[in-house]
Amino acid sequence: MIDLEKANEEALNRLLSAQPVLVDMGIAKDTIPGLNERTFLHAGPPIDWKNMSGPMRGAVIAGILFEGWAKTPEEAEKLAASGEIAFEPNHHHHAVGPMAGVITPSMPVFVVENKAFGNKSYTNINEGLGKVMRMGAYSEEVIERLRWIKRVMYPAMQAGIRHAAPDGGIDLKFIIAQALHMGDELHNRNKAATSLFVRMLAPHMIEAAPVVKDVADVVRFLDRSDIFFVNLAMAAAKASLEPAHGVEGSSMVTIMSRNGTEFGIKVSGLGDDWFTAPAAVPEVLLFPGFTKDDVNPDIGDSAIMETLGVGGFALAAAPAIVQFIGGSPQDGVNYTMEMYEITVGENNVYTIPYLNFRGTPTGIDILKVVETGTTPILDTGVACKRPGVGQVGAGIVRMPMEAFEKAAERFAEVYLG
Amino acid sequence: MREMTVSELLKNGPKVINIGVEQFYEDLKSQEVPVVQLDWRPPAVNSELLSKLRRLRGGGKS
Repeated sequence: MIDLEKANEEALNRLLSAQPVLVDMGIAKDTIPGLNERTFLHAGPPIDWKNMSGPMRGAVIAGILFEGWAKTPEEAEKLAASGEIAFEPNHHHHAVGPMAGVITPSMPVFVVENKAFGNKSYTNINEGLGKVMRMGAYSEEVIERLRWIKRVMYPAMQAGIRHAAPDGGIDLKFIIAQALHMGDELHNRNKAATSLFVRMLAPHMIEAAPVVKDVADVVRFLDRSDIFFVNLAMAAAKASLEPAHGVEGSSMVTIMSRNGTEFGIKVSGLGDDWFTAPAAVPEVLLFPGFTKDDVNPDIGDSAIMETLGVGGFALAAAPAIVQFIGGSPQDGVNYTMEMYEITVGENNVYTIPYLNFRGTPTGIDILKVVETGTTPILDTGVACKRPGVGQVGAGIVRMPMEAFEKAAERFAEVYLG
Repeated sequence: MREMTVSELLKNGPKVINIGVEQFYEDLKSQEVPVVQLDWRPPAVNSELLSKLRRLRGGGKS
């Protein structure tokens, strides 16, 4: 007889006892297991070139230009359509990436280790806001920024992170917990977390970077990029959630992700299957010059933040974010309160000052989602649906019920016999 | 919480929480009745699935 409550408690306990630490950086093909020379990783459930949305295609084009496999976007598009490059989800390689989430073989990536369980996760480096690869832009300035990240930022950061490792490394759980008390929700607002990260890493970079003068440029870049920490938060979430997967009888979600065409989830007690539905279209606070017609359906692995129990689930901790995503601070509180209805429990470390330091709603339960008719809420960046443009705004989006219903049907099939 | 007596209700007027359809909230608000809106929709009716889930909560397969 399955004990649903006990199984979910076990999955939640594994998640809550995670200790994600930033331990290293490396080049993707040498670092991420199973990533070969001609594979691109992407956000969300599996997708092929012909079904990719505009921003995903744009990011693939940028990746090909960055790798030097084509000289023009047109050539890059032809190569992408030729079938010569394999496209695989980040999540199949213990990796995550925001928005298009494209990781190419020679890109530098961060390595996060969950010290409590020994598993590792990987993510790419955040390029800032606006016209960036992850939003589907591929102009020369975008490619040049990616080259600068690899040439200048990567060696300085790698040296700093390695230098910090003997002292216990950069503790990402500590940063996330602190940032929640400083107005971040760790999905769209990472201003506090990025600042804390710089404060912890800068001395190590100065002591260890091969070119000390570069550290100033790296810190200036971080100062202009309030969202920088989101990739690290996502890798922390991924490393924290993986041990919670595979608990027999657990209906807790361990992955939520979107590829710009489809939304998909994985469930702890349901093996490796994705349960998918068409991606939702966010309610957007648009940047000047864009209209609703420019909005691409929901995209990115960043839904791992809500799977962890922060992001949209912790909006009550981030009153200032509503200036970026729309709504009022009270809406944020309401969203958080609503999410307690669909989660297994509450976080023991990630807490919300405004709610008297109550733990964030943590561990989405597919059965509660279906029973209440309430689906997870995310606050998210929004890309233009045309490739080559970039970000058009940010907003709020509810995950489609269909994926949870499919998962619940399967759950009943498996566990009712 | 203390319950309101009928005489108090008639004297002070109702305070309303409107659950669901927003039009009722708008109507009361336009009449200056104190009202708060709770955004709620009934769960999608998939009674077969819900009844399976109820059985699961009862313990599932043995």
